[in-house]
Amino acid sequence: MPQYPQVLFKNRKPNRVATLDEYRESGGYQALEKFVGGGISPKEIIRLVGESGLLGRGGAGFPAGKKWASVPDSAAFPRYLVANGDEMEPGTFKDRMLLHVDPHCVIEGMILSGYSFSGSKAFFFVRPSYESSSVIFERELEYARQAGFLGNNILGTDFSFDIVVHRSGGRYICGEGSALLNAIMGKRPNPTKPPPYPTEKGLWDKPTVVNNVETLANVPHILRNGPEWFKELAATPHGAGMKLYCISGKVNVPGTVELPIGTRLSEIIDEHCGGMAPGSEFKACLPGGASTRFMTRKHYDIPMDFDDLKAIGNRLGTAAVMVFDHKTCLVGATLNLMEFFARESCGWCTPCREGLPYMRDLLWRIENGEGKEEFIPNLRTLCKEVWNSYCALAPGAAEPVISLLDLFEGEVREHISQKGCPFHAKADH
Amino acid sequence: MLPDALKLKLEKMIAEAESPREKAIDVMFEIQELQGWMSDEAMVEAAALLGMTPLELEELATFYDYIYRSPVGKYVIKVCDSTLCWMEGHQRVIDYVSARAGVPMGGTSPDGLFTLLPVCCIGYCDRAPAMVINKRVYGKLSPEKIDRILDKLANKAEFHESE
Repeated sequence: MPQYPQVLFKNRKPNRVATLDEYRESGGYQALEKFVGGGISPKEIIRLVGESGLLGRGGAGFPAGKKWASVPDSAAFPRYLVANGDEMEPGTFKDRMLLHVDPHCVIEGMILSGYSFSGSKAFFFVRPSYESSSVIFERELEYARQAGFLGNNILGTDFSFDIVVHRSGGRYICGEGSALLNAIMGKRPNPTKPPPYPTEKGLWDKPTVVNNVETLANVPHILRNGPEWFKELAATPHGAGMKLYCISGKVNVPGTVELPIGTRLSEIIDEHCGGMAPGSEFKACLPGGASTRFMTRKHYDIPMDFDDLKAIGNRLGTAAVMVFDHKTCLVGATLNLMEFFARESCGWCTPCREGLPYMRDLLWRIENGEGKEEFIPNLRTLCKEVWNSYCALAPGAAEPVISLLDLFEGEVREHISQKGCPFHAKADH
Repeated sequence: MLPDALKLKLEKMIAEAESPREKAIDVMFEIQELQGWMSDEAMVEAAALLGMTPLELEELATFYDYIYRSPVGKYVIKVCDSTLCWMEGHQRVIDYVSARAGVPMGGTSPDGLFTLLPVCCIGYCDRAPAMVINKRVYGKLSPEKIDRILDKLANKAEFHESE
């Protein structure tokens, strides 16, 4: 199996969390000492992270440096940072791993990010099923405060910054940037459409930067080793950095692996996940979580990077690779995904609230032997209509459906003509 | 209604926030820790502490999966029914838990110990099928493992599982 340098996972230990001392021994908090302790201009951090080509790891792939730079110099104070650790997209569990491997890497990244736009407080937003991560994180925050890395007058400078854990009540929509801000403010977490952008008017109308946990964890490493080093980590010439891929489904060893961004799907599955599970053949995967498109064997060798997936009309998303085998009914899988999206719709806007249950109903009927030919064009129309919704939840929900119809129309038609699921007798679920 | 000690704790928590209602979920979690669910009386008291109307708090209480507006058992078992757990036989887990704990989906066992609910992806897809009980997650479930977990909980002992 090809071996790569580990950056985010370099302190990974079997069954325990890396300590503050272990993180420091591996070079941790050096970037904080150099940039914050040394009084280097925040603009320099933004420049270096911008040059590194770090793209947001939460799904949208927005350049991290550009986001920080979009906080206007003249903007009001206080300014807030939100680390988005909601991670409720089915198939995605990389941020949980990161918090259980090396929490100080996230903490240092958050402080440096806050310094870059003169923030003073950060919220670490986390879902209820990650309570163990919250407990670890709160404990380690306290150690960071005791060491003088966090809190008032960090490293004796006049920069003060603190981090609090904000526990969610548990809904997928809270991971959406604008809904997330409403959730923190104790309002119903409906998404809102920009402008104004949160970097101008976010939490309590103050400038707020929302970053994914993995994005933030990359920052100390970039600042310590330089943007060129970060770029060269990638497997593709256009990519930058390492990536946490979380692989689940019908592979031998599911889990999270840190690989150069742009590592080929074939290598990820065959080498790093021990190949397909016994008796399973690769049929398709969702390359980046529940709101990406099914990808067949045709693209088995694709470099798993933002640009390469975009080039085939797909998305890297959260790099949560969900692997389906030849015995899995993809109508059933898509129905399950739609159950998720329909249930998790916040209900604020009509196309999503009404459209997703309608799609679920059509898929349910196809899967359960009540399908009709006209459901196929109906589903295609609905996939377009849900783009009229407020946020990206419903368009994301349409992605697996549209790719089911494009790539597996035969399988869908078989359900309709046979009046039932052809996998039902064969499958074990 | 709310014990004074809890009220003091909640007031302190709220005072540390940027704005009171930021702590709405934490306040409801604390109350549920004590009495299991959010009764109408608790909603009124919590809303007053948070500077919200009971209706504004209701808007949040009914929105979130982990806030309960009806009585629940001591242990709320939520079996994940999203894609990876579906693929690994989540229905078998639901059926087994239901039979073993003597509780239908959505119901609470007569002894008040267990409530069974569905939940969407809990982020343990590498350990499917998985479930969450109160806020602790259990993965790679088999009938034997479910037996061990439920037995321990029924005997008021913690079932520990390494990450």
